[in-house]
Amino acid sequence: MIAEVGRFCLILALIITSLQVVAGLWGARRQNAQLLAVANSAAVAQFIFIALAFALLVWLFVVSDFSVMVVAANSATIKPMFYKITSTWGNHEGSMLLWVLILAFFGAAIGVLGRTMPAPFKARVLGIQGLISLGFLAFIIFTSSPFARLFPVPVEGAGFNPLLQDPGLAAHPPLLYLGYVGFSTAFSFAVAALIEGRTDTVWVRYARPWIIIAWICLTIGITLGSLWAYYELGWGGWWFWDPVENASLMPWLLGTALVHSALVVERRFALVRWTILLGILTFSMSLLGTFVVRSGILTSVHAFAVDPARGAFILVLLVLATGGGLALYAIRSPALGAGRVFSLVSREGSLVLNNILLVTITGTVFLGTFYPLLIDLLTEDKISVGAPFYAMTFVPMAAPLLLVMVIGPMLSWRRDSGQGLTMRLAPALFVGFAVLVLVAAGTHGAKAIAALWLAMAAWIVVGSLMILVRRTRLGQVSAAESVTLLKALPPATFGLVLAHAGIGLLVAGLAGGALFKQEGVAMLGAGQSVPFVGRMLTLVGVRPGREANYEFVRGRIEIRRGTGKPGLLFPERRFYPERQSETTEAGVRVTPLGNLYVALGDQAEDGRWTVRYYSHPLAIWIWLVGGVMALGGGVALFDRRNWLAPERQPAQAVQTPGSMPA
Amino acid sequence: MTLPRPVVLLAAIAPFAVFIVLAIALAFGLKNDPAALPSVLVGKPAPIFALGPVRANDSGFSTADITGKVAVINVFGSWCSACRLEHPMLMDLAAQGVTIHGIDWKDDPADGAAWLARFGDPYARVGNDQSGRLALDLGVSGAPETFIIDKAGRIRYKLVGPITPERWRDEMAPLIAQLEAGQ
Repeated sequence: MIAEVGRFCLILALIITSLQVVAGLWGARRQNAQLLAVANSAAVAQFIFIALAFALLVWLFVVSDFSVMVVAANSATIKPMFYKITSTWGNHEGSMLLWVLILAFFGAAIGVLGRTMPAPFKARVLGIQGLISLGFLAFIIFTSSPFARLFPVPVEGAGFNPLLQDPGLAAHPPLLYLGYVGFSTAFSFAVAALIEGRTDTVWVRYARPWIIIAWICLTIGITLGSLWAYYELGWGGWWFWDPVENASLMPWLLGTALVHSALVVERRFALVRWTILLGILTFSMSLLGTFVVRSGILTSVHAFAVDPARGAFILVLLVLATGGGLALYAIRSPALGAGRVFSLVSREGSLVLNNILLVTITGTVFLGTFYPLLIDLLTEDKISVGAPFYAMTFVPMAAPLLLVMVIGPMLSWRRDSGQGLTMRLAPALFVGFAVLVLVAAGTHGAKAIAALWLAMAAWIVVGSLMILVRRTRLGQVSAAESVTLLKALPPATFGLVLAHAGIGLLVAGLAGGALFKQEGVAMLGAGQSVPFVGRMLTLVGVRPGREANYEFVRGRIEIRRGTGKPGLLFPERRFYPERQSETTEAGVRVTPLGNLYVALGDQAEDGRWTVRYYSHPLAIWIWLVGGVMALGGGVALFDRRNWLAPERQPAQAVQTPGSMPA
Repeated sequence: MTLPRPVVLLAAIAPFAVFIVLAIALAFGLKNDPAALPSVLVGKPAPIFALGPVRANDSGFSTADITGKVAVINVFGSWCSACRLEHPMLMDLAAQGVTIHGIDWKDDPADGAAWLARFGDPYARVGNDQSGRLALDLGVSGAPETFIIDKAGRIRYKLVGPITPERWRDEMAPLIAQLEAGQ
């Protein structure tokens, strides 16, 4: 019964969404206030019904109703309650439902929070948002209903992928989706602006907070995913350039470019057309990511049961959304103003360079992800593109980006003489150079490349802090005056500093890892020790045990340094009988300077265990970065300018909104 | 920064044009079944092999068992979750009287035997390939994989991933019938 109610809710949502599309787009065209209000209410109602359907699905998982197919296939009574709930979105049908739930959430949020938006524009945005919803609701109802019944009803469910039984991973898809799907707002705002032929900055103004929210969520989502890979996959890697990872990285890269170019539109009224294009492309990358993951077009056949019909459906949605958006762009964009002129050496100039680099990097990742597919099409060879490809392409393009991101914020808008730039950047240059010399000398020049990267990291962190120094005119005016200036700085500036400094920490974490990483492997019997990075690792013992839904062997490893109190690590191997599969849970000791990572391997015939151990210097920084950058985005969100109606129009944009035939 | 009109128009249309090309490529990619990994060995003679037993009191699986017959050989392992997914299909086929042989790949024979005892044993003959040597000769890239070998001992078909009812009905069963008829 509950399943049928859930299905009914989805069908209702589909009908309401159709209403939202018609009322929004047609109402805006007719300037009909009543229709505009209908679009608004429909966006909220759509969210309520999808949320209800989702809640019902969660409930079906909670009570283990195996008469419902997805529950039977993905849950089991013996599973802990927490994972019963998280298995709601640990499968195709449930995760797609989560996808539209989040899409509807953004629609409803725009409906409720976007009070200051011009009504016709808002209705168009909701109409476009509704169109996307419509496609995905149809996808769910017609190809992937989470409420399909199963007969005969099995006594026990078929479990759940044990690799996914992890708290970090349980939170990972929702956050990732918040990011992915959040970029739908960028798309809807951009397309609505194209429909209206808006040549002002209004759309960017209103879209910006949503884009930032999406960006924050995606940043955290990617970070969590990589953290999970680090301690679950058992060898200490944290990024694999796997198609699924790339699928989340591409919208992040374009979204980052979009956040920057939107800034240029808003403050300087330049890059107008380009920003609209980025808005469309960013969400297209999200759709592409969904397509890649859901069609199985690039994933290993051994991992998922692939259903080409689903892939085809999403591809059609992708073609309609992106193709429609780009076609509209082709028709409408030439009529939009080119924007204001700026000199190459200026804040805008640096942001253009930022955009060019970010888009090129995205292109590289895109190529790496889809090249195997292309080769397969042309030659029937199956190849895969791995880390070496990205090391060769991604890194050389990231380097100039890292240089620009420090210089850019130091430049003035419109035109900068470049005079005194060296002085403005002197501290960053100095610290970077000092780090280079110290590290190179400390390693006797053996790790020149890594030393260069560490210097780059120092350059970014110090350079980002210099933004604060410059904006508060520290040293040029009295300290009291600087404090006053500091207090007057808009939150966006702090957001900028945090996000940029975060990138610096990331580079430090990467370079530190490459520079000082050490690893070893030993066969240890109980009580045996092995020396490692100035410590003594002792395998105290290994004991087997059993939890609700898995069996495990747990090693107890003592880490002794000098005469101090020893630390303990408990690396585990788990065996899940329902799925006949094993997972590794590494023991990781985290310190700011580095991680000690221990994984338990097989037991040899003589009773000794294979123990692999790694030292990952500065590793934790890699993931802290996600937090720092997301925090930067969060702070920027509090900027008043995000939430006010635009108070003035740039001189060139005096054309009234909607003066183009709509 | 004011661009000439043709450039503006071109820049407006280019994204759409590029996208259409990409979308066509993706559509073909979708049609291109990732499971139909063509083996360079299809059409070539199957390697000669003699595998040790998995089940207790069993003689294993060797070339002699399939000589002169059409053989369906399934590569599995107790560690392989997709094999678990495929397993009911194999049990169904065995119940219909289809002869399927098994290669227990990169697996401890005891684990393989326990797996068969627990979930059911669809195999006529089953051998253990713990070293992975035979699988290497067959060009196995993962489990499960299924091969069809003709009476002359040549590999005629290779499937990567679980056997699905559609694949069985549309591809494998007709091929077996054709090979049985002795082309």
